[in-house]
Amino acid sequence: MVGNPNSGKSTLFNALTGLNQKTGNFPGVTVDKKSGFLKIAGEGLDHTVNVEFVDLPGTYSLYPKSLDERVAFEVLCNPGNEDYPDVTIIVADASNLKRNLFLVSQIIDLKTPVILTLNMMDLVEKEGDIIDTVRLSEKLGVKTIAVSARSKGGVEALKQALLQPLPVPQYDFVDIKKLAPELIDDIAGIIKVNSDFAAFQIINNFSEIHYFDKEPGKKEKIAALLNAETIDTNKLQSQETVERYKVINRIAEECITHKSEVKTESFSHKLDSILTHHIWGYAIFLGILFLIFQTIFFLAAYPMKWIEMLFVSFSTLASHTLPHGELANLFVNGILAGLSGVVVFVPQIALLFTFIAILEDTGYMARVSFIMDKLMRRFGLNGRSVIPLMSGVACAIPAIMSTRTMSSWKERIITIMVTPLMSCSARLPVYTLLISLVVPADKTLGFFNYQGLILMCLYLIGFIAAMTAAFVMQQILKAREKSYFIMELPVYRSPQWRTVWLTIFDKVKSFLFDAGKIILAISVILWFLSSHAPSGTMEKIEKKYEDPAVTSKYSEGERNAKISSEKLEASYAGILGKSIEPVIAPLGFDWKIGIALVTSFAAREVFVGTMATIYSAGSSDNTQTIREKMHAEINPETGQPKFSIAVGFSLLIFYAFAMQCMSTMAVVYRETKHWKWPVIQFLFMGTLAYISSFIVYHLLK
Amino acid sequence: MKSLPLMNLSQLKIGESAVINSFTDKHMALKLLEMGCTPGEVVKLDRIAPMGDPIAITVSGYLLSLRKAEASTILVSLLAAKI
Repeated sequence: MVGNPNSGKSTLFNALTGLNQKTGNFPGVTVDKKSGFLKIAGEGLDHTVNVEFVDLPGTYSLYPKSLDERVAFEVLCNPGNEDYPDVTIIVADASNLKRNLFLVSQIIDLKTPVILTLNMMDLVEKEGDIIDTVRLSEKLGVKTIAVSARSKGGVEALKQALLQPLPVPQYDFVDIKKLAPELIDDIAGIIKVNSDFAAFQIINNFSEIHYFDKEPGKKEKIAALLNAETIDTNKLQSQETVERYKVINRIAEECITHKSEVKTESFSHKLDSILTHHIWGYAIFLGILFLIFQTIFFLAAYPMKWIEMLFVSFSTLASHTLPHGELANLFVNGILAGLSGVVVFVPQIALLFTFIAILEDTGYMARVSFIMDKLMRRFGLNGRSVIPLMSGVACAIPAIMSTRTMSSWKERIITIMVTPLMSCSARLPVYTLLISLVVPADKTLGFFNYQGLILMCLYLIGFIAAMTAAFVMQQILKAREKSYFIMELPVYRSPQWRTVWLTIFDKVKSFLFDAGKIILAISVILWFLSSHAPSGTMEKIEKKYEDPAVTSKYSEGERNAKISSEKLEASYAGILGKSIEPVIAPLGFDWKIGIALVTSFAAREVFVGTMATIYSAGSSDNTQTIREKMHAEINPETGQPKFSIAVGFSLLIFYAFAMQCMSTMAVVYRETKHWKWPVIQFLFMGTLAYISSFIVYHLLK
Repeated sequence: MKSLPLMNLSQLKIGESAVINSFTDKHMALKLLEMGCTPGEVVKLDRIAPMGDPIAITVSGYLLSLRKAEASTILVSLLAAKI
């Protein structure tokens, strides 16, 4: 299934396959491949036919510009691709027929069996236009079915059409061969192509095509052929486009009847006057942002608490029922703890994507890009960068994955690089603990409470740092291609709940499986580091506390807490913490904080749990106790509380800026396909964090 | 309707319509052509974003947003306003 963005392709895909979908990867790229399955019982057939539908990313043409478009291109142009279709279902927005027919015409020329589905016919009728589908089908020479993906009208007809034998289009929509006759023949001589247009595509997009990487001999031959002549691919493609539109205009004239020349000002137009207004536009956007953040932070807190409680009771149950030993320890403190660290973010991600899916589905997100583009451009970004930056407040991982639709490499890289500076939700527990430690709760500034104000400032600082970093990178990075902002502003429509649900389902699933694996693995490694020590050390500690002279001073609970605290200090993680102490001492951090910095690599919120163990606060869900213990810690050199304002703020700033998330780095690697980018990101964020913390510490000391 | 001398699409005022004549930047032209901005097509300037850029035009029945710099690569002839 292929079609323009906003053509309702995904809605139709969902209507056909429902929940019977799976997400995989297209070979060689990270773009998600959605396949759906359906059993069709044919009329007059005594058996059902299993059909696999593949939902290709939305595209306006078969010119590969963005990553998404390249996938559509590779699948449709390469007969050797494992997803090369038996039948191409093109979904076209009938209310926008001419532009949609452009892609249709290209696909016809690829010579695969085609079914054209005309979606949104209701909209056409509402506008008073009439499309003669029979005539259109005749003119195009392909089977044409009017569907309504929303109300499922026409879906049955489409299913039945799939069972009929479909001919390969017998004619050329435009005569491609006349544009480059010799070259097309030469290409066809080297590699098997199904159509002149496929050969033409190879000529024009050779550097973008990877599908004959496996046949280096042929690839070299084509490269040599194309190098031998100076080919103006731009001119060729422009000619092709103009030719296509000439035919399309003729067809459209014959098949579309416009009822009236003068159209009344549409609902979308009126709504746009408000939503892109120079004051109301921004006010409404800010209002929506505020609503989203409120929901993410306050509404999501409840299910997050339930999930944590669930995991706590799980681990209690497990540690009571499982036989004591290494395996039980690994299961409870390594795997369960790691899983809990993953699952706990699901409510926030689900809620965030509820909003984003609704805003995208209604067409509002395109308007946000429209009003924000100029502002973002000053910082080397694009109006389309707004969504990743917004999502970054919940979690950088889905945010970075959502940059795939950006066609400019430079803007995409900058967006990926700066998104982790937005304060994600894993930082929130760290912020909360540290703020409550150094800022009195009762202090207020007029209407505002100081703690809340500082929390807000941290989010703001993250945002400012992201924009500044973007600005700097804009100066350094060279653009591979011109940045552009040619984008459709779709007509406003009410959201499709089915689409919204499936989007949420999909995002949560990919977060759980993609990020989850890494977080879990890191958790297990960190569990090992923090529960194991050079041989003999752990036993010594246990022995020490078996001595009645020592034991009598403490209650049972205190004794256990002391043991875990000392064990952590002696563990590999403790050794690591101590060994980095000289490096972090200028920031006001000691080895205890050092351990927490190390363990934070699984997920930043692990900081709280680690602090709880180090300060032997017993259970980590009791913030009150950790805070009191940390508060009571005295710096032996100064005799003042260890967690002074200087240390507290220095640590806050460090957490705001430092790249302490292995899963994000792994996702950055996957999306950029190069280790260079996560490494640069780690170094620049680390340096920024170090220098800023250093300054903050010395200013406040 | 009488056609006036050529101008840039970015010079239109809100509500004005024009006919696309040609393109000055061939790389940009390809992207614009693909989106249905073909020579001979009527476009109307619908909206200008709050900060003066980008702009939104109606072309072949839908709303297309593009930056001023991009719009200035499109040469158009203004259509005399309908009375």
